[in-house]
Amino acid sequence: MRVFDVFKFTFHSLAFSKLRTSLMLLAMAVGVGSVLILTALGEGARVYVSDQFSSMGSNLLIIIPGKKETSGFNPSTFIGSTPRDLTVEDAKALKRSGLLKDVAPVIVGAVPVSRANLEREVAIFGSTADLNQVLTIKLKQGKFLPHTASDIASPVCIIGANVKKELFKNENALGQWLRIGDRRFRVIGILADEGRSLGMNMNETVIIPVVAAQAVFNTSSLFRILVTAKNQEHLLKAKQRVISIIKQRHQNEEDITVITQDAVVATFDNILKSLTYAVAGIASISLAVAGILIMNVMLISVSQRTAEIGLFKAVGSPPNQIKTLFLTEAVFLSLFGALSGIILGHLGNFAISNAFTEIAFVAPWWANFAAIMVAMVTGIVFGLMPASRAAKLDPVQALYGN
Amino acid sequence: MSDNQIALNNLTRVYHVGEQDVYALNDVSLIIEKGDYISIMGPSGSGKSTLLNVIGLLDYANQGDYLLNAKNVSHLTEEEQAKVRQQTIGFVFQSFHLVPRLTAAENIELPMLLAGIDPVERKRRVDKVLEGTGLKDRAHHRPEQLSGGQRQRVAIARATIMQPEIILADEPTGNLDSKSGSEIVQLLELLNENGITLIVVTHDQNLGRRAKRKIKMIDGKIDSDG
Repeated sequence: MRVFDVFKFTFHSLAFSKLRTSLMLLAMAVGVGSVLILTALGEGARVYVSDQFSSMGSNLLIIIPGKKETSGFNPSTFIGSTPRDLTVEDAKALKRSGLLKDVAPVIVGAVPVSRANLEREVAIFGSTADLNQVLTIKLKQGKFLPHTASDIASPVCIIGANVKKELFKNENALGQWLRIGDRRFRVIGILADEGRSLGMNMNETVIIPVVAAQAVFNTSSLFRILVTAKNQEHLLKAKQRVISIIKQRHQNEEDITVITQDAVVATFDNILKSLTYAVAGIASISLAVAGILIMNVMLISVSQRTAEIGLFKAVGSPPNQIKTLFLTEAVFLSLFGALSGIILGHLGNFAISNAFTEIAFVAPWWANFAAIMVAMVTGIVFGLMPASRAAKLDPVQALYGN
Repeated sequence: MSDNQIALNNLTRVYHVGEQDVYALNDVSLIIEKGDYISIMGPSGSGKSTLLNVIGLLDYANQGDYLLNAKNVSHLTEEEQAKVRQQTIGFVFQSFHLVPRLTAAENIELPMLLAGIDPVERKRRVDKVLEGTGLKDRAHHRPEQLSGGQRQRVAIARATIMQPEIILADEPTGNLDSKSGSEIVQLLELLNENGITLIVVTHDQNLGRRAKRKIKMIDGKIDSDG
């Protein structure tokens, strides 16, 4: 039988049973579509997180108090001592070394911020003027922290766009006073409506001098020190330098963890990639379900067309040809289902992208490819059994139906 | 011996129905010459359909040999049997067995489609046979739009399209009124006059008597022949 005739014959038989064919196509399309949409969600999240981190500048080092060790043990395991705190003095020492461009000590906490009778609980960032460069913060109005922020607890603050809106409404906030905890601060700057940075909503924060934050939170220890190297080539050298300076200041004990932004990005990247694969795997279960459905319907089709199969045998169609015809039908069903699923998936992603404009939901190229491949394999695997059943039918029984 | 197209030697076909063995063919021997016109008659369950199916290689004998054109076809594989059916034998059934989604022309074309014959040649042969069977204006009708007689004419056209040597007809007029029945018989006899061996299984005494050679079967044996 000619290949073209096989295709034409298959089309004919699929087109003849429209309801059956369209239901099968729908099942396969939903399966493939959900693979595409779910992988797009995973991939969109991954790209979004990567972008967030790279917006911070790739020569960033984050210093965290305490040494994270994954193997072996040190004396502190027995003693159970807590690691030494990072202090503003540590940050100053780092600032004095040549390789580092910006050093921003950070204290983070949440306290109520109030003005007149309005009060909001917001995140307070205690830091220095360097934070401006480290996080590439944009100001809408006013200026950033003064350079004395690491020494003098000057009562000034920079407020996020939402904080401004909620506490000052449409009034001019610059130069006004507000209360943070039990202290008063004068607003000297307002952040541009920027969205998120470092995974925090900067619109909902207030930035004050680090020394003032120590007083507000009654602590001398820092949450982090954020450091940028002069340039990216110096990143590794800067990292070693940071470790050696802090070690020297901490009685020769290496009790900090320095992570580069690349490592953070890579970690998130890996996590979200595995998430995408996992989600794709879950979605392919629906493909398997579609496959079983195809098998069911093909089996029904074989029993409905028993007489036709008997006739084919009578006019000299060999078993392999009958098998090919039924298998082609199953594969066509899966393939067209997959193609409509790809259209469905892309339309879905387009709709979601429009609904959530912050994140681009686009299915990765491999998802299209994998969906078609899985659909094909499903068609063949689940089409094989009905097809061989058709081929094995006894001609006399098939023709006379007994 | 050269004219012996079909030679059945001591064929036995046993069906197991429950605990019982039913002999559909019991030691049947038969020689059929090329161009013969044979009717096989007998009561229900006498084995006449089984005999036809064994000759058509749709069924097989448990014992005995079947020589078709002096070649033993008793032990062919399914693929080889299909080949022999395709090239040598045409079937006409009581219930027509047309594919409902195909038009008359497509139903006639089907054996050639399956055999992989060139489309141009297919068209030529279909046109010719449509003309010969008087179905030209019905070519693009589906079976449900055709009368019983027209359907059987389509089936006969399909049976002849591969230019077989033998036509096997199982109750070809069984589902037809007497007028279309006699038209169908005339069509089949015309084929026989052109040299095709015609074997007809029937209940119909009038149709049975028309054959040159009349075989009567009872209980899986040939009761009379002549």
